Amino acid sequence: MTRLLTVDSLTVALPQGADRPHAVEDLSLHLDAGEILCVVGESGSGKSITANTVMGLLPKTLKVKTGTVTFEGEPMLGLSAEALRSRRGRRMAMVFQEPMTALNPLMRVGDQIAEALQVHGKGGDARARVPELLAAVNLPDPASLAKMHPFRLSGGQRQRVMIAMALALEPALLIADEPTTALDVTTQMQILRLIREIQARKGMGVMFITHDFGVVAEIADRVAVMQHGRIVEQGPAAEILNAPQHPYTRKLIAAVPHGDAAEKAEIRPAPVLVMKGVEKTYQRGGWFGAKAVVRAVHNADFTLNKGETLGLVGESGSGKSTLARCVVRLVEPEKGEILFHGKDLRPLSRQGWLPYRKRIQMVFQDPYASLNPRRKVGDAITEGPITHGVSAAEARERALDLLRLVKLDPSAMERYPHEFSGGQRQRIGLARALAMQPELLIADEPVSALDVSVQAQVLDLLAEIRQRLGLTMLFITHDLRVAAQICDRIAVMQRGAIVELGPTAQVFGAPQHAYTRALLDSIPGRDWTPPALAETA
Amino acid sequence: MKDFWRNFSRNRGAVVGLVVLLAVLILAVLAPVLYPGSPWDMAGMPFAPPGEDGMLLGTDSLGRDVAAGIAHGARVSLLVGAVSTVAALAIGVSLGAIAGYLGGIADDLVMRFTEFFQTIPSFVLAILLVAIFTPSIASIVFAIAVVSWPPVARVVRAEFLSLRSREFVQASEVLGKSRLSIVIGDILPNALSPIVVLSSLMVASAILLESALSFLGLGDPNMMSWGFLIGSGRSVIRMAWWMSVFPGVAIFLTVLSLNLVGEGLSDALNPRLARNRGGKP
Amino acid sequence: MELSKLPGYLLGRLVKAAIVILAIVVCNFFLIHAAPGDPASIIAGQSGAADARFLEQLRAQFGLDQPLYVQLWIYLKGVLTLDLGFSHRQQVAVASLLWDRLPATLLLTGAAFVFALSVGVAMGALAALRVGTWGDSIITVLALTFYATPLFWVGLMLVLLFSVTLEWLPSFGMASVGVDLHGIDVVLDVAKHLLLPALTLGLFYVAVYARLSRATMLEVADQDFVKTARAKGVPEGRILRRHILRNALLPIITFAGIQAGQLIGGSILVETVFAWPGIGRLAFEALLARDYQVLMGVFFCTSVMVVLFNLITDLLYAVVDPRVEVSA
Repeated sequence: MTRLLTVDSLTVALPQGADRPHAVEDLSLHLDAGEILCVVGESGSGKSITANTVMGLLPKTLKVKTGTVTFEGEPMLGLSAEALRSRRGRRMAMVFQEPMTALNPLMRVGDQIAEALQVHGKGGDARARVPELLAAVNLPDPASLAKMHPFRLSGGQRQRVMIAMALALEPALLIADEPTTALDVTTQMQILRLIREIQARKGMGVMFITHDFGVVAEIADRVAVMQHGRIVEQGPAAEILNAPQHPYTRKLIAAVPHGDAAEKAEIRPAPVLVMKGVEKTYQRGGWFGAKAVVRAVHNADFTLNKGETLGLVGESGSGKSTLARCVVRLVEPEKGEILFHGKDLRPLSRQGWLPYRKRIQMVFQDPYASLNPRRKVGDAITEGPITHGVSAAEARERALDLLRLVKLDPSAMERYPHEFSGGQRQRIGLARALAMQPELLIADEPVSALDVSVQAQVLDLLAEIRQRLGLTMLFITHDLRVAAQICDRIAVMQRGAIVELGPTAQVFGAPQHAYTRALLDSIPGRDWTPPALAETA
Repeated sequence: MKDFWRNFSRNRGAVVGLVVLLAVLILAVLAPVLYPGSPWDMAGMPFAPPGEDGMLLGTDSLGRDVAAGIAHGARVSLLVGAVSTVAALAIGVSLGAIAGYLGGIADDLVMRFTEFFQTIPSFVLAILLVAIFTPSIASIVFAIAVVSWPPVARVVRAEFLSLRSREFVQASEVLGKSRLSIVIGDILPNALSPIVVLSSLMVASAILLESALSFLGLGDPNMMSWGFLIGSGRSVIRMAWWMSVFPGVAIFLTVLSLNLVGEGLSDALNPRLARNRGGKP
Repeated sequence: MELSKLPGYLLGRLVKAAIVILAIVVCNFFLIHAAPGDPASIIAGQSGAADARFLEQLRAQFGLDQPLYVQLWIYLKGVLTLDLGFSHRQQVAVASLLWDRLPATLLLTGAAFVFALSVGVAMGALAALRVGTWGDSIITVLALTFYATPLFWVGLMLVLLFSVTLEWLPSFGMASVGVDLHGIDVVLDVAKHLLLPALTLGLFYVAVYARLSRATMLEVADQDFVKTARAKGVPEGRILRRHILRNALLPIITFAGIQAGQLIGGSILVETVFAWPGIGRLAFEALLARDYQVLMGVFFCTSVMVVLFNLITDLLYAVVDPRVEVSA
């Protein structure tokens, strides 16, 4: 194995006024040809800054203070801008996280790949090479695809184009910065396999940045774990995954949803919510031209029993959120019955709905968007009960109790949302919903926007509260491991319909529908069972 | 509030703008004290250059004091600027709110209507309106309001549209709050900062518009205004440059300071944007 | 968008433009009726002869004794046959007055537009490239200054400087009076007369385009695909040309369409200051003479110009941006 890349005691300074002095501190790592190194860490740990330093793409406000970067035997940090440019794309290439914005919207994708060849003096090959490259990343009909603009391609297709572009000049080093984070699980698995396969074929070195230990288990040869700009632990993948040493690594791995179904209470069939024949279609298109009709929800009947948690699982666009929003009338379906304790909620007026607002509540996905930034936390929690006629004093008492329940300090009442972290805000959102003392709680991806360690805390809290208050819950998630951990039964959705519904163990153990099997196959690192670790944090 | 002032005063131009604006405001308030009597009355000999005949900024062809005209003109400019902006805001905010919150057909209709008004050459329409309804403060304010609401409607609609689908608004829906309390309590406060910034720029352009109208002779015949002063100096610019220069400087300073204040407000209300302006990622 | 889809798109836009023009005509009609006093007496008042017989004749001519919708229909028919009424003051058809003045206004606004767009975008781009330096500051201050100065006053100050004080350039008209010029000298003479008015009209829009293009360039430069281009080793100059500028052009095109109406409105002021024999000057003369027929004609004519200009920018946008058909 030849040593491809060495980073030695690298320190990158943050601009003054940041929350810490260095983005990256005293960081050393190395990468051999033919190897995949996963750099793992939570948001803000400095993993992207490390990648950008290697590529010579640091923003002007960040400066390398000390350290060296050696690539193919040459020191990179002293190189002129032009010397760095001539290596970028040719010897080292990069793939980014967000495929929807990473391509120039005004250029045909073929031209964008050709440009990579042209700027390194290989423009003559472009006509032949572009379709070849598109075929190499398993894109159908490369010749006509090359003539398309990016907006015609799906996220997965765009990410393939990005990879084709990165591979155009057969670089020795590929840096992939969370390349699958924005993709659905099945697409993610395809891209992971593609990267693995191409890497093996070309003998490239790959530096793969991710926050997901499942992805690490799927793809890594070696792993480096980052926290607050430092590498806290690095070593072969098997070692780190199964016998982590550093407390932080242990904490992260312990927080990975283990996918084991928790012990389930016995559910007696006492229907709280029955969805029957609910349909929602969206129409796109203006006054001229054909209208596109999207059937967002159809064939999605289910029954939710008292005290039960039902998981709605599916990829983006599967209609799971739309279905959940139908229950609380944020979306109004055209057809069907929404029976809450036998009463159809669908035909009710806004006024007629009011009594049910107390009994059905919702927790939202984005902790940064789900709280009104101009309203104090106390007001956010009390305004619901007050709207429904509870006295201000009683609502306040209730809010204080709830803050305790979600493990926040009572002083939070007088503060504004921006003073809290994502996980804390999610708990405030939970308190706001619980203040109405609902019996049915709808949780729409409540942990997807959180870092993995925070995710675990919020999930534990949810499980605890559900037990304590005897809540019935509809839990929407795209993450199968999370679903397995918290749900009694699982409903799998695809293109607006529920294709499989059953007890969690049965859906995971003996999936009946082909799509369910595909989903389960796509769980990254499905062969890896996170080790049982004693809580060390 | 403390944060607001700190962010605002970090923009030095904005502070200068605020000071100039206050000065103009004081001038407008004190005009009857500084220059008692009508600015239309003869105060000295005709065409006195600045400094002569006791006239700080000279006199015009009828011997009227230019400085007095500017002081009294400040009242008209600020009044027209403020009132027509309030009127345009009233139209724009309500139309934009309806379009953005209700969506669907209401949105379509309002937006077509707004686009139509943006297509019409606004200054020509303003001239036409004032000419037809005979020049007066009321018709001028009306004309300026009619031509300047469309940008407000667009901004408010865009804000409402994006806020309406934000999760905290959906949370309020699920809590069972009424539509009115959602619009007033949740959406409007979060849409306020672009409206505030926009309105300071609108006052500036209303002042420019008023001065252009009175330059063309469409000012209120009973009110002294800056545009009128420049208009009356136009034909005699070869012999009395001061008649057009000083009122122009007054307009320039007022409009400039309003723009500076607008930038400062924008920085103070969107601190994240302001910091990004330096090129930080 | 693909060229094959352009005709259909063009047709849609033409229909839209026609609807807008129709709406403007209707607007015009109701404006006449909204005016205090009946239209006949207003028109009669303008032409100076307000005797009863003339009023009757006018009422009959405009069908004012008919119901409102019949009047509207008569008016619409007139406009569709390009009959924009008759200027009793000047004793000429309004349409022919406008037709005579149109070329001068097109020359002035066209020159000002080209000047504003090229200089403005160049200034904005330069400022964006040198963001945070003194060069950026100077351009920003200049743009702010132009932005805050009344058009007509800039015109007067330019006259004061270049015509009165320095005596370099003529201060009024479109051509020298009383000199016999031929060939290239005619062009040069017009160009000399055009310089100050075009500069005056353009300066404000230089500011507008400079501010807009600086802001959009900075925004585009921050986007992911620019980073992608950098990561594949595209040289900075090429990134600027092929990735940043092209994308930054889109909002500028949109804005040029929106601003067209204001440019034409501004020409009224500039033509008044420089006695430029165009539609704007005509509007000013009509104002002085209270000749509403002509004023309405000017409003109609300028509106049509703006609609046509918007049509051109829409088409341009559709050609530049492949995504148009999705949102249309």
